[in-house]
Amino acid sequence: MFPPLPNPNVQPVPPKFGEQDLIRRSASTVTPPAKRQTEVAKLIDVTKCIGCKACQVACLEWNNLHEEVGINTGSYENPHDLTPDTWTLMRFTEWVNPETQNLEWLIRKDGCMHCEDPGCLKACPAPGAIVQYSNGIVDFVKENCIGCGYCIKGCPFNIPRISKNEDPKSYKCSLCSDRVAVGLGPACQKACPTQAIVFGTKDDMKQWADGRIKDLKSRGFDKAGLYDPPGVSGTHVMYVLHHADKPEIYAGLPANPRISPLVDLWKGGLKYAGLGLIALTALAGFVHHVVAGPNRVSRDDEENAKRLAGRQ
Amino acid sequence: MSTDVERGDQIHPGDPVLVDRYTTGARINHWITAASLVLLALSGLALFHPSLYFLTALFGGGETTRAIHPWIGVVLFFSFAGLFIRFFKANLWVRTDTVWLAHGRDVITSHEEKLPEVGKYNAGQKLVFWSMSLLIIVLITSGLVIWDQYFGPYFTVEQKRIAVLVHATMAVVAICVWIVHVYAAIWVRGTISAMTRGQVTGGWAWRHHRKWLKELVTGSPKK
Repeated sequence: MFPPLPNPNVQPVPPKFGEQDLIRRSASTVTPPAKRQTEVAKLIDVTKCIGCKACQVACLEWNNLHEEVGINTGSYENPHDLTPDTWTLMRFTEWVNPETQNLEWLIRKDGCMHCEDPGCLKACPAPGAIVQYSNGIVDFVKENCIGCGYCIKGCPFNIPRISKNEDPKSYKCSLCSDRVAVGLGPACQKACPTQAIVFGTKDDMKQWADGRIKDLKSRGFDKAGLYDPPGVSGTHVMYVLHHADKPEIYAGLPANPRISPLVDLWKGGLKYAGLGLIALTALAGFVHHVVAGPNRVSRDDEENAKRLAGRQ
Repeated sequence: MSTDVERGDQIHPGDPVLVDRYTTGARINHWITAASLVLLALSGLALFHPSLYFLTALFGGGETTRAIHPWIGVVLFFSFAGLFIRFFKANLWVRTDTVWLAHGRDVITSHEEKLPEVGKYNAGQKLVFWSMSLLIIVLITSGLVIWDQYFGPYFTVEQKRIAVLVHATMAVVAICVWIVHVYAAIWVRGTISAMTRGQVTGGWAWRHHRKWLKELVTGSPKK
């Protein structure tokens, strides 16, 4: 067993991190704090998950979200996708292992991975709508969000969802930044009955995962491993997978996620080349006017026109 | 031989000679397009580069900028479609346009006398016309793909990534074409009155669009 996080002190405590701990802020430049906080991580051990959805319920409850009553389409997945109100979702896959011919029921808790290199933040045009704290948490700041959906294009995991109401905003898992700020773990972790979800420092979580992976390997899952994809410089939500060599079988978990090169181009080169080209065009006009001067109609031109019109 | 004379083009002898170049309808159509294009450029640039985000204040903040930009795009699309229908015939490419273009150096150094006589539009104007037509088609198409509020569910994330890159790139090109268009109108003195009052002087038409002027005099101006 992982030693459970202690119950909270009921006395109000000042938040452990805030504005001063931002290492990235969308559409802004920030001076990173001199000292980085200890990186935190949530570890989701897929092999221990029983699919009870307590985490989903806890997420709705803590964040005061209300999901519509949906319909059954023959899957345990409910709702059928992440929504502006469902920030975490159990995804169920029935997979036949080609080596053993066994049916394996793969259940993965989907949600924001809190990338070390967040694509959503890179794509966001609104200053301060997406922030990253030095402990690794990537958070959406609703007041600054303009609902444009650029974060969806930036995200390699297809996580953010825009609300469909008169005030469209983007929503996703906050890693319960409000709870973490006062020394608690995220609500999903608190609710998990099997400790499939554990929370702590990133180093501790990696170490804990090592023990789990050794255990799984000793039970015949020789491809068991940790999912902490290097393409986004690692994540602050990690998975222990029994088949870490094929993450795609877990409801399409990308094998090698990275910020799309299209997004890199759009938010990198084009941003500067575009403004540069516009400025150059304007400058060319200015220089031309200074050098060549205006192109004026001469007295002769008017006379010629009069002569021509006279012949009408 | 086709004529470049458009509906409403007419010559008024006098001192100076005045020539009707654009009807009231064409001018209103043009200025609606112009206003939409400027508003689109401002609101689009605001979301394109963080250093220009302050421009969202012109539209009442980031959210309203995001909400209003696509609607202005719809206005521009239909408004430009009107201009296209009015002007496309006189903008069809003819052989002298290629000759005119080959004399690019004489164009920018104002050596009009070395250029072939041109009709209602010269090759430069035609290039502006056709490039804007193409750009606007690409911009409205890619714009619909990234209009998340209404079309979000119909496209994949990868399609949206392509669309947003195409949209931004083509918008930059469109702004550059617009700068060329505006600059040319300022540089060639006597041009702007064509779009404000609808008239140019005979001298202006003689200097820059002599074939068109001759057609107006000798040909069969459409009354």
